[in-house]
Amino acid sequence: MSMPGAPAAATLASAATADDGAGATSVAGAIEAARLALLRDLKLAFRKRGQLVQPLAFFALVTMLFPLAVSPELSRLREMAPGVIWVAALLASLLALEFLFRDDAYDGTLEQYALSGQSLTWLMFAKTAAHWLLTGLPLALMAPLAALSLGAPLASLAGIVGSVAVGSIALSLIGSIGAALTLGMKRSGALLSLLTLPLSLPVLIYGARATQLAISGGPLLAPLELLGALAVLGVTLAPLAAAAAVRISLE
Amino acid sequence: MTWTWFHRLASPPYVYALAARLTPWFAWPAALLIAAGLWGGLVLAPPDYQQGDGFRIIYVHAPSAWMSLMVYTTMAVAAAVGLIWRIKVAHAIAASCAPIGASFTFAALVTGALWGEPMWGTYWEWDPRLTSELILLFLYLGYMGLRAGIEDTQRADRASALLAVVGVVNVPIIHYSVTWWNSLHQAPSVMRLDKPAIAPAMLLPLLSMLLGFTLYFVALLLIRLRGEVLARERSASWIREAVSA
Repeated sequence: MSMPGAPAAATLASAATADDGAGATSVAGAIEAARLALLRDLKLAFRKRGQLVQPLAFFALVTMLFPLAVSPELSRLREMAPGVIWVAALLASLLALEFLFRDDAYDGTLEQYALSGQSLTWLMFAKTAAHWLLTGLPLALMAPLAALSLGAPLASLAGIVGSVAVGSIALSLIGSIGAALTLGMKRSGALLSLLTLPLSLPVLIYGARATQLAISGGPLLAPLELLGALAVLGVTLAPLAAAAAVRISLE
Repeated sequence: MTWTWFHRLASPPYVYALAARLTPWFAWPAALLIAAGLWGGLVLAPPDYQQGDGFRIIYVHAPSAWMSLMVYTTMAVAAAVGLIWRIKVAHAIAASCAPIGASFTFAALVTGALWGEPMWGTYWEWDPRLTSELILLFLYLGYMGLRAGIEDTQRADRASALLAVVGVVNVPIIHYSVTWWNSLHQAPSVMRLDKPAIAPAMLLPLLSMLLGFTLYFVALLLIRLRGEVLARERSASWIREAVSA
């Protein structure tokens, strides 16, 4: 938890100098730094595999609650499946957000990032991308299992994977702003959900609609494209906001 | 220089005194307009041919809903000004807006639910406007929660300002997604208030209420702003003079 801070900053600094004196402001340097930060986050995550499994287990558990609470009839579950999958995915990604910056804020890595002279926006983008690869993508790959258990037909699975994969990009990006704003707070869980969930509602709406169309065999391109639009908007704006939030939290 | 008036607006003592002087200029017209609007709306306006007297709650509901959005916009603009130019008074304005806006939003929700009972036969209908209003309430609560969660005032100012700006970018997206969601699930609602064919005897009191509520908001904002400035500047020397004077 504590050792990677200083080496990370050192590699970032070398990424800047390796860039032929163009220095920290050049785009190539920023991308290289972002690549290193991404790889570092992935490497660290795979050293603590237990943490990776938690959101997935949570997702499976929440999905399991509904047949137990409502009814084991597949026909009824199939009707609810889009909502169940998306609410579970939303909550699981919310749960995972706490890991996004916490360790790095705790051991000073974030401060080093902010001081490294590299674009903090690109670094935030890298961290969020790593977070999506570690939680959003696995959730998308898990979603078919949940969908099958709720009675969704086999033909719908590709559409479900696609919608959760695209939607979770937007969820990770929106969440990164909330996580950055609540950095350093002692009990931030409830506040983080209060900040993040209202902003995530469009993703929930379009995602659940795409999943619903996938299950009923309808044309799901339109909600999928809207999800994509949200993801693109998030990619363009969220890292800027997250970087600003991190700077405020470090002040 | 021509810009001195602008710079003075960033000075807490000046704003404190100015807010005190301006408050009655907004409060009295607000009281008159609201009284006139209520008289016109509750007594003079004829009952609606479909909704009877039930429609009269519009004179509180529509202005509250209107204010809930206007206050959020005001808050986001003040927050952005504070964030960009680092003006403390702008942050104080944004912070003062939030509880007022949340109250208007709450009022819009409660009157909407009360109106829903005679119109839809149920207190709560997942109508896109009511749903958007509910989400707006959560945005206000998140803003206030973030402020309350950060002890250092300057950090709270800047973090909550960023949240307000992010929120204002999202409000239209949320609104359209909710409208889109709703259009899939139910036929357009029974209420068609946005039809332009509203009789002048009904419309004029509504306009009077809208303007009255807006002025009422400004008056409340000025009062809250004074409190906010007092709390922020409590260790400054000008406070003693201002309070004893």
